[in-house]
Amino acid sequence: MPLNTKEITINMGPQHPSTHGVLRLVLELDGEVVVSCTPHIGYLHRGSEKLAEARTYQQIVPLTDRFDYLSCGNNNLGYAIAVEKLMGIEVPERADYLRVIVAELSRLSAHLLWLATHAADIGAVTVLLYCLREREEILDLFEILTGARLTVSYVNIGGVRRDATPDFFRRTREFMAGMPKRIEEYNTLIMQNRIWLGRTKGIGIISYDEAIDWGLTGGSLRGSGVNYDLRKVMPYAAYEKLKFEVPLGEIGDVYDRYIVRMEEMNQSIAMINQCVEDIPDGPYKADIPMVSLPPKDRVMQDIETLIHHFVLVSKGFSVPKGEIYAAAEVPKGELGFYIVSDGSEKPVRMKVRSPSFVNLACLPRMVKGHMIADIVSCIGSIDIVLGEVDR
Amino acid sequence: MGLAELGIYTLMTLLGIVVVFAFTMLNSAYLTYYERKVMGHMQARVGPMHTGPHGLLQPLADGIKLFFKEDIIPAKADRKVFVLAPLMALVPALAAYAVVPFGPSITLFGHSIHLYITDLNIGVLYVLALSSLGAYGIIMAGWSSNSKYSLMGGLRSASQVISYEIPMGLAIISVLMMTGSLSLVDITRGQEHIWNIVYQPVAFVIYMIAGIAETNRAPFDLPEAENELVAGFHVEYSGMRFAYFFMAEYANMLMVSCIAVVLFLGGWNPIIPRSLFESVPIFGQYLGFLGDPAVWWFIIKIYAFFFMFLWIRATLPRLRYDQLMRLGWKILIPVALGNILVTGLIKVLVQ
Repeated sequence: MPLNTKEITINMGPQHPSTHGVLRLVLELDGEVVVSCTPHIGYLHRGSEKLAEARTYQQIVPLTDRFDYLSCGNNNLGYAIAVEKLMGIEVPERADYLRVIVAELSRLSAHLLWLATHAADIGAVTVLLYCLREREEILDLFEILTGARLTVSYVNIGGVRRDATPDFFRRTREFMAGMPKRIEEYNTLIMQNRIWLGRTKGIGIISYDEAIDWGLTGGSLRGSGVNYDLRKVMPYAAYEKLKFEVPLGEIGDVYDRYIVRMEEMNQSIAMINQCVEDIPDGPYKADIPMVSLPPKDRVMQDIETLIHHFVLVSKGFSVPKGEIYAAAEVPKGELGFYIVSDGSEKPVRMKVRSPSFVNLACLPRMVKGHMIADIVSCIGSIDIVLGEVDR
Repeated sequence: MGLAELGIYTLMTLLGIVVVFAFTMLNSAYLTYYERKVMGHMQARVGPMHTGPHGLLQPLADGIKLFFKEDIIPAKADRKVFVLAPLMALVPALAAYAVVPFGPSITLFGHSIHLYITDLNIGVLYVLALSSLGAYGIIMAGWSSNSKYSLMGGLRSASQVISYEIPMGLAIISVLMMTGSLSLVDITRGQEHIWNIVYQPVAFVIYMIAGIAETNRAPFDLPEAENELVAGFHVEYSGMRFAYFFMAEYANMLMVSCIAVVLFLGGWNPIIPRSLFESVPIFGQYLGFLGDPAVWWFIIKIYAFFFMFLWIRATLPRLRYDQLMRLGWKILIPVALGNILVTGLIKVLVQ
C-alpha cells in the first residue's frame, strides 16, 4: 500500500518570538522542509499616510518616527529632505552635520538591534544582551541631544529641533572610541563560529540580478553585491563631505548580508567621528521666518514674535504647489517620500516607499526548499520592522 | 533475616529514597537558580536579585507560582495521554537516581550507612534504559497536545534522543572495557588513584556532546527551539504539568552530570588530596577529613560539570536539524567506534 503523505500547514505568527513583530507566515511544510511560505501583513497598520493628509507639514514629522521605530532619526531626515526640496529651502551646514550624526547614531542602534535579534534567532542569546547594552548607551546619547530616547523627532523641516551641547559631543566621542572593540567582541562570539557559518552560509541566496528585480534596497541589496547606496548615489545632508565606504557582499546569502551590515556599523562609527570633529559653528536651523520657529526667549518678550510662534504651531506653513519624491538611506534600505502639495498647509497625498515592505516580498523566494530553522535566519537577514511594513 | 532486621532494612531504604528524592528535587530547583545566575553574569546582567538575598528564594517563588496556575488541557487534546506524558518524563528521570553513588559509606549511631539507595550490578544499563524512557514522555506530550508545533517538537526530540543514545552508549562502553564492571560503585572505587578521563579523553568529549543532546540543551535544544517552534513539545502545557517537564529536564541534566562524574571524573574521590589539607598551618589537624572521599567532592564535581553546560549555552548558536543528525551519525558514532577499537587494542597489547 503506498503511503499517503501530504504537507502540513503551519501558522507562524502574528505572535511568535522570531517574526520581528506581528508578521504572520502561513507555511506549507514537507516534514521540516518549507514548500511554500505566504506572508500576511497588516497587523500593525495605523494609516500613517492617511493621517498625514490631516496634519501640517511640521506635524507629520512625529508620524515618520513610527515607521521604523528603531531608526527615527533617519525617517525624520528622509521626510524633511522631501519637503525642503519642494520648498527650496537651504539648510545651514551645522544642521546638516547634526542630521548626519543623529541619522548614523540611529543606524548604529538599529543595526545593533538587528544583530541582537538575528543572533538570538539562530540561538546565540549572549550577543542579544551585549548589543542591547550598547544600544542603551546610544539611547542615552539621544536623550541628551533630543530629550527623547526612542521617537526622537529631532530633524525638522528647515533644520533640527535644538542645538547639541558640548556635553553631547564629549559623550559621543567617548562612546565611539569604545565601540569598535565592542563590535570585535560580537565577532569573536559568532563571526568565525562553525555553527554560525553552517546556519548562514548558502542560505537564502539572492543573486545580483534577482536582487535588482525584486527591488531590494539597503543591506539586503548590497549583500548580493549591488553597489547602490543613496548616501553615495544621491548624497543628502552632509554625506557628500564625509569619507566612507559601501561594503558589498558576494553571493547574497544570509552570511553576506550579515557581513555587510556588520561593516556598515564600522562605517557609521567612522562617519560619526568625522562629523563630531568637523562640525562647523553656526545656526542649527534655517533662518526663514515662514518655516522656522522664532527663538524661545523672544517669544516670551514681545507680542509679534508670540503671534508668529502661535501661527506657525497652529496653522503651519504653506508649501508651494507641486509634487516631489525624495528618499533617504535608512538602515533597512531606501525610504522614499512622495508628497503632493496643492499649495495649502497640509499635503494632499503622502506615499511612503518603505524598504521593509519591498524586502519582505522576497522572503518566500528565499526560504523555499530550506528548513524551518532557516526561515528565522532569513527573516533576520532581510531586517524588517513591521511598523514600517504596515505603516 | 529476622522480622526486626527486615523492618529496619525497609525503613532505612525508604529513608534513603526520601533523602535522595529530596536531594534531587532541591538540586533541580537550585540548578535553575545556578543557571540563571551564571548565564546572567556571562551576559552582562546579574540574574535574579529580588526574591530573597541575591534572589536565593527565586526557585521557591517559581515553584509556588506554577503550583497555583490554572491547569489547562486543550479541548482537542487526547486527555489521558496528555495527563500521563509529564509523569512519563519525570518518573524515569527520578528513578534513575536509585543507583547513583553520592558518597562512600558513613557510620552514624553505630550503623554503617551507604550513600546510595542500591548498588545494582547493571547500574550503567539501568541508567541508560531509564534515560531513554524519558523520550516517551516528550513524544506523548507532542502527540497528545494536538498542536503542530508540539508535534514537530516531539518528533525532533524522538529522533534526537535515538540518534544520540548510540554515541553515548558507545562512549560508555569504552569506559566499561577499562573498569570491567557495570556497577557505578565499583567504577567509582576503581578511580581512587587515576580518573578515567585520563585514559578516555575522547570518550569523555563524546559523552559530553551526547549528554547535552540527550537533555535537549543548547546548542542542541531543537525540540524546544524557542525561535522556531515557540516552546516545542510543552507549548500547550501550563501550571504544574509544565513544571513536571521542567523538573524532568533538570533532573535529567543532573543525571548526565552525575554519570559523567562517576564514569570519568572519579565520583566521590577527592580533587585535593588529604595531605594538602593537612599541610595547612594551624588548622591542618582538623581539616584533614576534607581530603577524604566524600559526598561534597561529588557535589562540587557535579556543579563544575554543569557549569560547562551553561558556558556552552551562553556561547554557541543553535544547530539546524539536519546538521544535528549529521553530527550524531557521521562524526560521533564513527569516532566512538574507533575509540572502542583503540581501547581494545591497547588492552590486548598491555596484557
